[in-house]
Amino acid sequence: MSDSVNHSRRSFLEKSAAVGAITIAPGILLHQVANAKPDDQPVSDSVRWGMLINTNNCEQGCTDCIDACNTEHGLVGNDRPQSDTQYIRKVTLRDKMTGHELSLPLMCQHCETAPCVDVCPTGASFSRKDGIALVDKHICIGCRYCMMACPYKARSFVHEEVNNQTLSAPRGKGTVESCTLCVHRVDKGEIPACVEACGKGMHDAMMFGDLNDPNSAISKELEKHGGKQIRADLQLNTAVRYQGL
Amino acid sequence: MTNRFLRITFILAGLVLLFPVAGTAETPLPIIHEPEGEGVKCVEPEEVMRRDHMNFILHQRDKTMHEGIRTSKYSLAECIDCHVQPDEKGNIASVDTEEHFCNGCHEYAAVTIDCFECHADRPQKFIDRGGKSASLQEEMHQMLTANEGMGGELK
Amino acid sequence: MKKIEYTAIEGNSLAYYGLLAGLGLVMLIGLLAVWYMEHNGHYVTGMTNQIVWGMPHVFAVFLIVAASGALNVASIASVFRKEDYEPLARLSGLLAIALLAGGLVVLLLDLGRPDRLIIAMTYYNFKSIFAWNIILYTGFFAIVGVYIWFMMDHNMYRFKKQAGLAAFVWRLILTTGTGSIFGFLVARSAYDAALMAPMFIIMSFSFGLAIFLLVLMASYNWTGRELGDEVVSRLRNLLGVFVAAVLYFVIVYHLTNLYITEHHGVEKFILMEGGQFTKVFWIGQIILGGLVPLALIYAPGVRNCRKTLALICTLIIIGGLSTMYTIIIGGQAYPIEIFPGYEVSSTFFDGVVNDYTPSIYEIALGVGGLAVSLVIVAFVIKVLPFLPTSLADNK
Repeated sequence: MSDSVNHSRRSFLEKSAAVGAITIAPGILLHQVANAKPDDQPVSDSVRWGMLINTNNCEQGCTDCIDACNTEHGLVGNDRPQSDTQYIRKVTLRDKMTGHELSLPLMCQHCETAPCVDVCPTGASFSRKDGIALVDKHICIGCRYCMMACPYKARSFVHEEVNNQTLSAPRGKGTVESCTLCVHRVDKGEIPACVEACGKGMHDAMMFGDLNDPNSAISKELEKHGGKQIRADLQLNTAVRYQGL
Repeated sequence: MTNRFLRITFILAGLVLLFPVAGTAETPLPIIHEPEGEGVKCVEPEEVMRRDHMNFILHQRDKTMHEGIRTSKYSLAECIDCHVQPDEKGNIASVDTEEHFCNGCHEYAAVTIDCFECHADRPQKFIDRGGKSASLQEEMHQMLTANEGMGGELK
Repeated sequence: MKKIEYTAIEGNSLAYYGLLAGLGLVMLIGLLAVWYMEHNGHYVTGMTNQIVWGMPHVFAVFLIVAASGALNVASIASVFRKEDYEPLARLSGLLAIALLAGGLVVLLLDLGRPDRLIIAMTYYNFKSIFAWNIILYTGFFAIVGVYIWFMMDHNMYRFKKQAGLAAFVWRLILTTGTGSIFGFLVARSAYDAALMAPMFIIMSFSFGLAIFLLVLMASYNWTGRELGDEVVSRLRNLLGVFVAAVLYFVIVYHLTNLYITEHHGVEKFILMEGGQFTKVFWIGQIILGGLVPLALIYAPGVRNCRKTLALICTLIIIGGLSTMYTIIIGGQAYPIEIFPGYEVSSTFFDGVVNDYTPSIYEIALGVGGLAVSLVIVAFVIKVLPFLPTSLADNK
C-alpha cells in the first residue's frame, strides 16, 4: 500500500530534482542540443566557446570534474604521478599575505593567442576557429616544446603505450595532449564532461557557453559579475575565466 | 686480394642472395571478413577503396580535426564499426594480429600503419573500460522515458 | 703567401682503428638506449610532465651551440681576412658540420615520434622558432658544405670569401635561433629574456673554440704532425677573451634578474636554494667553466704547456654542459608561477620544485651524439685532405 505510493513519490521527487538541477545549474540547458552544429558544417569564428569557474563554490576536497574527465577520455593512471596524464587538476591556493585559501580546477585555458600554438614546429598545436586549442596528434612529433611554452602547464606527454582508448579520445605514446574542452561533445551540442559533473553534483561552480553570444548565460554572468584570467598580465585572452580569484 | 679470391667471394655472395627465392613457399593471402547483412556495402566500391582508402582517411582526418566536420562517410570510426566484428566465438581480433580487418591486408602488403597507436581498433561497445559513466543527458533520457507508473513525461 | 699543403692522415695504426671502434661502440650503446626509450615510452627516462626536456637536450643544445662556434676559426680567416688562421679553416668547417650532426642526432632520436621526421620537414608553422631552426640547421650543412668545397677546389677558391661570409651570417642567425628557443618563452621565469640569444652566441664562441683546440691538438699529437706554438697561443688568447665574455653575459643576466622582483624566486633558487642546480651552477658553470680556465689561460708559467691547455678546454666543455644543465633543467625545475603571490599545491606538482634524476639511457644517448661528431671528424680527415701537413712556427 504505502510502499508503492512512497516509491512513486520518491521517484517523482528524484526526477524533478534532477530536472531542477539541470535547469538551475548554469550552462546545462537541454535546449543546447538544438544549437549543435551540423556534422558537415565547418566550425566558424562566430562562436567562441568558453568556461566560467566560480571558485567561491569550489570545494577543496571535491574532484568531480577530474573524475568525469578521466572517465570521459579513458585516462588511466599508471601509478606514475610524475608522468601520468592530467587534463584537469584541482589546485589549492593560499594567499601568502592574507592566508586566504581557495581551490579551483585548472585545465587548458584555450588562449586566443596561445603560446603553445606559436611554438609548435609542425602546426600540430593549433586553435580551432571556435577558440578551442587542440593537438593534431596525426602530425605531432612529440618534441614537447608546447609543454615548455604553456604558462599554465596544461599539457601532458604520453610516456607509455596506450591501449583501450575510448572512441572520442584517441591518444597514443609519444604525442602531447591536453584538455580539448570536450570538443567531441561540444560538436554534438553537449557540454564538457567536467562542467556536466559539477552540475550533476550541484556544486554550481562551472559554466560553459558561447562567449561571442551576448545573450548566452555565460556572457551575461561575465558581464554582471566579471571573470578574471589567470596570469592576465600575459594578455593571452583566455577562454576560461575565474571568479573569486 | 687476388682475382681468384674476389671471384669466389662474389659467387658466394650471389648464392646467398638467391636464398629468398630458392626455398620460399607462397605468402598466405590475407583473410578478409565480409561484413554481415543483406546488401551491406562499403561506402565506395572495392576497387576504389583498394587504391584510395588511405587518401579518404587522410583528408577526413584533417577536416575533422581542423574544421570539426564529423560526417560519417569516411569516418574511421564508421569503418571500424562495420568491418571489425566478433568472430563465431565472439572474440574480436586485436590490430596486432593478422585476423584484424585492417592489419590482415597491411601485414600482407608490409605497409605499416600507425592509426591504432592512438585510435581504438574496435567499435566502442567492444572496448572493455570496466564501468563507464553515462552522460547526464543519457540518464535523464532513460529516466524520462521509463514509465514507472507515473505516466506522461516531465518537461 | 706561402702555399699550405694539406694531406689526409694515414690512419693505418691500431690506435686509429681502436679509436673508431671505441667511438662506434659508444654510438651503438646510444642506439640501444634509443631503442629502449622509444619502444617502452619515455616513462623509462628521468623526463616527466614537469621536467620535459632532460639530459638529451643538454647534450644536443651544447653540441649545436658548439657547432656554430667551431666555424669561428674559418670565419676569422675568410671574413675577417686574418691569413694566419687560413690553414685551420678546413678543419673548422668540418668540425662545425660534425658537431651539428651529432647534436641533431640526439635531438631527433629523443622525439616522442622520431618516425615522423618527414612530417617535421614538410609541415611548417613559420611562427615557431623551432621550425625556423629546422631550416637553419639543414641550411647550415649545405652552406658550410659549399664553403668547404670552395676552400678545397682550385677553381672555386676565388669565391671562398663570399661563401665564408654567407656561412658566418647564417651561423649567427642559427645561434640566435637556438638561444631564442628559450628566450621566446613567457611561461618560465628563467627564460623570457632577449639576452638569451646573444648569450648563446658568445657561448658558442667559447665552447666551439675549446672543442676545436682539443681536436686540433689531439689530431696533430696522435699523427705526429708538427703543431707550432704560434698557432696554439693565438687560439689560446682568443679563448681567454671568449671565456671572459661569457662570464660577462652571465653576470648581466643574473644581475638583471636580481633587480626584477618578479624574478627573485628563480634567482634565489639557482643561486642559493636549488640543491643540485645551485651546485652545478657555481661549481660547474662559474668555477670550472669560467674562473679556473681564465686563471689558467692568463697564468704565467703555463703559457706554453699543451697539457694545461687541454685541461682548460676540457674544463670549458664541462662548464658548457653545466651551463646547459642549469638553463634547461634548472629552468624547468623551478615551478611555473601560475598564481603569483599564492602558495600553490596540486596533484600535478604545481608550486613545488621538480625533481630530476637523469636515466642512464638519456646519458647514453647524449654521449652517443658526441661520439657521432667525433667519428665524423676522425673518419673524414683520413679520407680527405683537411689537415695541413705541418703547422710549425715560422713557416
